[in-house]
Amino acid sequence: MSQPSISKSMTIGESGLAVVFAVTAFLCVVASAKALDAPFAFHAALSAAASLAALFVIVNRYLDRPAALPPAEINGRPNYNMGPIKFSAFMAMFWGIAGFLVGLIIASQLAWPALNFDLPWISFGRLRPLHTSAVIFAFGGNVLIATSFYVVQKSCRARLAGDLAPWFVVLGYNFFILIAGTGYLLGVTQSKEYAEPEWYADLWLTIVWVVYLLVFLVTIIKRKEPHIFVANWFYLAFIVTIAVLHLGNNPALPVSVFGSKSYVAWGGIQDAMFQWWYGHNAVGFFLTAGFLAIMYYFIPKRAERPIYSYRLSIIHFWALIFLYIWAGPHHLHYTALPDWTQTLGMTFSIMLWMPSWGGMINGLMTLSGAWDKLRTDPVLRMLVVSVAFYGMSTFEGPMMSIKVVNSLSHYTDWTIGHVHSGALGWVGFVSFGALYCLVPWAWNRKGLYSLKLVNWHFWIATLGIVLYISAMWVSGILQGLMWRAYTSLGFLEYSFIETVEAMHPFYIIRAAGGGLFLIGSLIMAYNLWMTVRVGEQEVQMPVALQPAE
Amino acid sequence: MKAILTVHNLASDLVTTIWTPVFVAIFLAIIAYAFWPRNKAAFDKAAHLPLREE
Repeated sequence: MSQPSISKSMTIGESGLAVVFAVTAFLCVVASAKALDAPFAFHAALSAAASLAALFVIVNRYLDRPAALPPAEINGRPNYNMGPIKFSAFMAMFWGIAGFLVGLIIASQLAWPALNFDLPWISFGRLRPLHTSAVIFAFGGNVLIATSFYVVQKSCRARLAGDLAPWFVVLGYNFFILIAGTGYLLGVTQSKEYAEPEWYADLWLTIVWVVYLLVFLVTIIKRKEPHIFVANWFYLAFIVTIAVLHLGNNPALPVSVFGSKSYVAWGGIQDAMFQWWYGHNAVGFFLTAGFLAIMYYFIPKRAERPIYSYRLSIIHFWALIFLYIWAGPHHLHYTALPDWTQTLGMTFSIMLWMPSWGGMINGLMTLSGAWDKLRTDPVLRMLVVSVAFYGMSTFEGPMMSIKVVNSLSHYTDWTIGHVHSGALGWVGFVSFGALYCLVPWAWNRKGLYSLKLVNWHFWIATLGIVLYISAMWVSGILQGLMWRAYTSLGFLEYSFIETVEAMHPFYIIRAAGGGLFLIGSLIMAYNLWMTVRVGEQEVQMPVALQPAE
Repeated sequence: MKAILTVHNLASDLVTTIWTPVFVAIFLAIIAYAFWPRNKAAFDKAAHLPLREE
């Protein structure tokens, strides 16, 4: 197939990466042989196998490809790179279903503890981080990578930078998920919430993330569109800040380079503060900034209306950037953290009302002149309801950060309800809406297989969310009130186990809500699968728009 | 405890003293930029960016 006119040779990236993976495979085999604990040996062996697979794929791809790399433009039109986007979109759906399922399992374990089966690998303590990481980092992360690679190309009118680099990002990121997830099941954790992976997984993620940043930045630098669209600002803030947070929270000294256990550099209350500076900004920059980028691109596109106020989007962006980073201490109210720091965290959390609601208004008002589409287009309805949930949970969050409110809500199910109104309603629905748009675009289909099924997904999932969050509100406030109830003699009125008993019916309702949400996602997966399998091809543009893979 | 004057102390004192007004000034400048009448046309065009691509 190769064109004889150009002599074919490996690019620096291909030969360099091939060497790196060959060396890595060798080192991982050595590490596996010398491992001090079984999970580390397993992870080293897994890494060796993955490195060999990567080496094989790189060489094979080189042998199969024509001499010239895919051009950046064909006939003056950008030659968009859709391969890595399709992969990430697929993985997002896969991890989403896995993460929702594990969520349903642990919700059921809370209602019926016998479901732990006395097996360490599927006990609540190990499955819970598997659930949070699977939905936040595996599902959400793949949605963000897929959409960011799509949006940056389209809004810059430039092909994604790099040849192997985008593939390195999507494959490397999902390999990180695999290492992290299997680690949790085997009991490998550094016990930092949302940052559970151990030191070697953290190092690998750092490398992948830097390459992600470079691919994104270089694509922006190569842009044909003079203006950098606001969604790209949000994506960039997400990528840069997550890098900073990851490095700040995770400096650790391994006990041995051949073992999984490590100790984090920070100690005591400094460690707690670093942890929640990280934890809350994972909410602010992963679950908010990144998904706001989706809002600013996908809602105008789907509604076929311009952004309501571009000025507001600029102020929204910078206000969010200036304020969010200070909100973390509200996770540590009434702890050893100095009082002034707690008050600072609370104050900045309350100030976040402004950018949050400014952003929400901007997203909703983008529909002005197109409100009727909500009746006919369930995908747009999903996107708009997600923005409404964003407004609701960003009202609730600052309210809960107020110290007197927090004294009732902290450590109760109210927190879980709050998190899930944001996670299921905002992040979940905006991701579903984006994937419903992205899959037909990336696979060059006229539209979705069935809008009726989207409608079913929407209503089943919405019902699930309502059951979930209302159950947790009632349960949480009940719990908080029972904990602080005193008898006339000044004794605590309820023992802890009595509060647990009182929560039982709400745990069953919560599991039912989670089950509905999972059913919705299965309908979605079927719909997307059929869109790709049997969907009608979009009218062929000139060969130019064929993604070159 | 006796304060020791070092370049590091000077620098960190300076930064901790002035960052609030500096950040506020930067933020005000951003608001001015967003509302500057001459930028309106460019922003209105940018608001349509997702709708005119390919």
